[in-house]
Amino acid sequence: MTYRKESVRTHSAILPRTFSGLVLAGAAAGMIAAGPAGAKVEGDTIILGSANSLTGKYSSNGIDTQNGYDLAIKKINEMGGVTVGGKQYKLAVTYYDDESTPARTAQLLERLIEQDGVQYILGPYSSPTTIAAAPVVEKYKVPMVEAEGASRALFNKGYKYTFAVLSTSEQYLASAIGLAAEVAEKNGKKPSDVRVAMIFENDAFSQDVRAGVVEDMAKYDMQVILDDKMPSDLSDISASLTKVKALKPDLLVISGHNKGAVTAARQIKELQVEVPMIAMTHCEGAKVIDQFGASADGYLCPTQWAETLSYSDEYFGSAAEYDKLFKETYDGYTTVPYQAAQASAAVLVWKDALERANSLDPQKVRDALAATDMQTFYGQIKFSEAGNNIAKPMVLRQIQNGEYNVVAPSKWASHELVWPREAMY
Amino acid sequence: MTSDNTFSGEVAGRDAGRDTGDRKIAINADRTPWYIYVLVIGFGLIAPFIFPAYTTQIAFLWLMILFALTWDICGGQMGYNSLGNIFFFGAGMYISAVVQIGIFTDVRTYTSARGGEQLVLDNADYFFSLFVGTGVAAVGCVVLAIILGRIFFGLRGPYFAIGTLGIALAARELAGTWEWVGGGSGIAMPVYPGQPHEKSVVFYIIFLVLAALTFVFLRWLYSTRFGLAINAIRDDEEKAEAMGIHTLRHKLIGWSIAAFFLGMSGAVFGNMTGFVEPLEVAFPAATFGIFMVVMALLGGKGTLWGPVIGATLFHIVKEVTWIYLLGWQWVALGLLIVVNVVFFQEGIMGWMQRRWPERFGITVDDRTTADGGVKQGASS
Amino acid sequence: MFDNLSLLTQLAPVLNVQLLLDGLFVGAVFVLAAYGLALVWGVMNVKNLAQGEYVIMGGYFAWHLGTFGIHPVLSLPLVFGLMFVFGWVVYLLVIKWVISRDLFTSLLATFGIALIVQQALNLAYGPEVRTAEAGFGTNRLFGGLVTVADIKLISFGLCILLAASVIVFMKKSRMGQAIRATAQDPRAAKIMGIDTEQVYAFTYALNAAICGAAGVIVSMIWVIQPFYGIPHSIRAFVIVTAAGLGNIPGVIIAGLGLGVAEQYSGFVLGLEFQQATALILLLLVLIWRQIQLAQHRQVVQ
Repeated sequence: MTYRKESVRTHSAILPRTFSGLVLAGAAAGMIAAGPAGAKVEGDTIILGSANSLTGKYSSNGIDTQNGYDLAIKKINEMGGVTVGGKQYKLAVTYYDDESTPARTAQLLERLIEQDGVQYILGPYSSPTTIAAAPVVEKYKVPMVEAEGASRALFNKGYKYTFAVLSTSEQYLASAIGLAAEVAEKNGKKPSDVRVAMIFENDAFSQDVRAGVVEDMAKYDMQVILDDKMPSDLSDISASLTKVKALKPDLLVISGHNKGAVTAARQIKELQVEVPMIAMTHCEGAKVIDQFGASADGYLCPTQWAETLSYSDEYFGSAAEYDKLFKETYDGYTTVPYQAAQASAAVLVWKDALERANSLDPQKVRDALAATDMQTFYGQIKFSEAGNNIAKPMVLRQIQNGEYNVVAPSKWASHELVWPREAMY
Repeated sequence: MTSDNTFSGEVAGRDAGRDTGDRKIAINADRTPWYIYVLVIGFGLIAPFIFPAYTTQIAFLWLMILFALTWDICGGQMGYNSLGNIFFFGAGMYISAVVQIGIFTDVRTYTSARGGEQLVLDNADYFFSLFVGTGVAAVGCVVLAIILGRIFFGLRGPYFAIGTLGIALAARELAGTWEWVGGGSGIAMPVYPGQPHEKSVVFYIIFLVLAALTFVFLRWLYSTRFGLAINAIRDDEEKAEAMGIHTLRHKLIGWSIAAFFLGMSGAVFGNMTGFVEPLEVAFPAATFGIFMVVMALLGGKGTLWGPVIGATLFHIVKEVTWIYLLGWQWVALGLLIVVNVVFFQEGIMGWMQRRWPERFGITVDDRTTADGGVKQGASS
Repeated sequence: MFDNLSLLTQLAPVLNVQLLLDGLFVGAVFVLAAYGLALVWGVMNVKNLAQGEYVIMGGYFAWHLGTFGIHPVLSLPLVFGLMFVFGWVVYLLVIKWVISRDLFTSLLATFGIALIVQQALNLAYGPEVRTAEAGFGTNRLFGGLVTVADIKLISFGLCILLAASVIVFMKKSRMGQAIRATAQDPRAAKIMGIDTEQVYAFTYALNAAICGAAGVIVSMIWVIQPFYGIPHSIRAFVIVTAAGLGNIPGVIIAGLGLGVAEQYSGFVLGLEFQQATALILLLLVLIWRQIQLAQHRQVVQ
């Protein structure tokens, strides 16, 4: 290296050396300053921990989830908190932002458990992040109640510390396939004549939903005429929709979280796609009715929960009352997404388990969690051996005249299916 | 100058007035005093014991140092600023994953289960596969570097930078479409056979060793003729070529070295995280791919310790802002980048070398030479 | 893939029209952003990696104004003005110090700006995908197989209008001539009395304004989201690198071509490849360029 002309200075030899040493000492100090170790209980507050998607591609869902957690915490604290061993405790949550990145979720959970000393975890948003979280809590033997990871991969590995309040992903669109078969028969055709077009996001959850759809279709021997993946940023599916127009399927199935639903609804309207039956996940989270009005009519939207269902519990009352309370507490929701409801339910499960275990010991609480069997405004919650909720069904709603109406399964249906879909573009 | 870059006897200016006798002085040799090394290695060894809860975070620090050091080979020392070095990190990760899975089972059925299948190994199998996977990843990345380098080193300046960024971004997208390696869902890695804290310490040690190896190797490399050659390429490539330096070969070797270490670090990282996913884990091109550049710039590119200091500082700032400035962390980082690049491009080491040149073996001579220019001495 | 090809060639060849039209409409927006990049690159030798972020920013302004009831088409001049001011401010704060430095500095500095803008937008507007609703109808052709939304026709018209205005400005107005003079030879321009500082600031601000306008159009015909900036930046780079600086017809053809290429690759190969198309084209163009650069010297018009 060559340098410009500059006068030579003499300095004590110590300065630049100690500078480097100081940098390293500073590194150590920075580490210590960067995270005070907490305890699972602080005074009379039990601390739950959560790595959630507050930024990144899942952030809108992540915020819905956080709102759900917070509303339930607030409600429980208002109603006297949690009673363990004769003492009353409040609940509180420590949140970290995993930026919708599974690698970060795993890191942050390690931090929550090792550095912050948290012993009770609320799950992250989405299947990929929960799939990253599950082995971590399993290794540390810290129970996690999760509300947003529906992928089957979470429940076939023998995990003992992961409990999911939601129905698993392969059930999402099962009733839509069943409906398609019914409709075909009503019209004098065979279910195996049904032609299905599929457009799915390329992630763990959506591919799981697709796997469920494929399985269900195989039962009826239906035909797949289109099987496309969405681009990773979920911004434009017009090429696939153009193919749909040319191929004229009987059923169009789309899944791509909130973003995918928005893009799909928009471009279906733009390209004036006409298919007799269209099923799409995440309609509520994507606010398709608000954004697309009448053109969103006819969509079949599976949901984990609906405010019109007749569930209820002692904390929130009925599903409708939860719906009302949520809208009052948080701005900007004309429909309460099921992600929020199941998040609240997860907190209720924690409260119930802590009280039944009557102990703060994570192992005892874990055993209490495994024995959960409770009614909530969100639905019945009972965990199988594998940790998923086997007592609550997915429900299929159709957008009719700007409202979500339950059309399947027939036990819960309040309205008839409108078929074929009359597109109002 | 003898063939091993040493002088014997006196050097005008530097040794004026001193009795040197016959002394070998290597140009570009590292002149850091021994106690700095003791400090750093000491910290590295005892950190997981005094800060057990931060083990993984400090392991990340070593990874960051490796990132910055490897970037600097081509960036600071050779003048070819690559924005896509993260490609080798991800490539190494994928290669290792495929090899590790492939030793025990069929890759296609494993990945199509999308995390449904799990590979549970015992200690011997796990570490054997890790070792083999890392080795193959290193070799594979060197091959990739040579192939891609042949194509891209013809580009200059910003085109090279954008081209390499393009490689990293393209790899990111394409890996997500390749079903054999799991597509968008990625690959679930074999489960670590042991307790979580043990796992943290083991991977900490591996990263520490990798970073130390990289540093020691580069320390040696920069003191050889190769180091001088790549500096020459940086300073004026046409002249270097005219002087007989085979620039393409040097460029390829430089990038291959970076690829070698990056590939290994990627392989290990995939195992530590537990799964390999194209967008955020393997090829974080718009984040860590750029961070490695910022770290080297912050500390002072073209120096040996610069990337280390820059990486350390950057890592601390990042961790602290992530906790205390939640919501604003990226804005803070963006500001840091802008301020650093625009106002402080010489970096910390550059600044230190300007303030105290003698401590770094640089002689700045006030005397002018016969043609009116300034006489300048050898540098570190 | 072959099913898709057979769709195009045998079953419904009229779909080619749809792909072509969609490609052209979206390509027109790419052309705008690329022109802005070429401008800044040619005049100041600054490679603006924040190009895409300015586009998205413009889109968000349009959306925001839409919530006040202002129609997106009407908001275009407003956004143009706002982004112009913004560009000027960024120039004064950052770009000014970066012009005389080496080429890599401008890339990194603008990347830092891109990061800040991205995150600021994320904090201000949330990470949802948004569109500015224009409420226009759609035309159906060929029995409904080809649809052309009115809004796309209008935005194509707007693109042409905007591009024409800028080109006329550059040719006829004093400032336009000053810019071209400075691009050719900054020192000579200074000697001739042109305030190069002002020219640089104006150029950068103009670029930001053009990107902002492109963003308004994007928000109408496509979607915006705080993190969608990078693909737009990449596309601008591809077009400018392929066409070369100062080659306006080249930029137009390359831009429209890129739009069409993306649509076709998305259709034939699958949507998951659509994103990668721009990147692969970038790499191909750079390789081709490398061969060219080795022989020719670049002349900026």
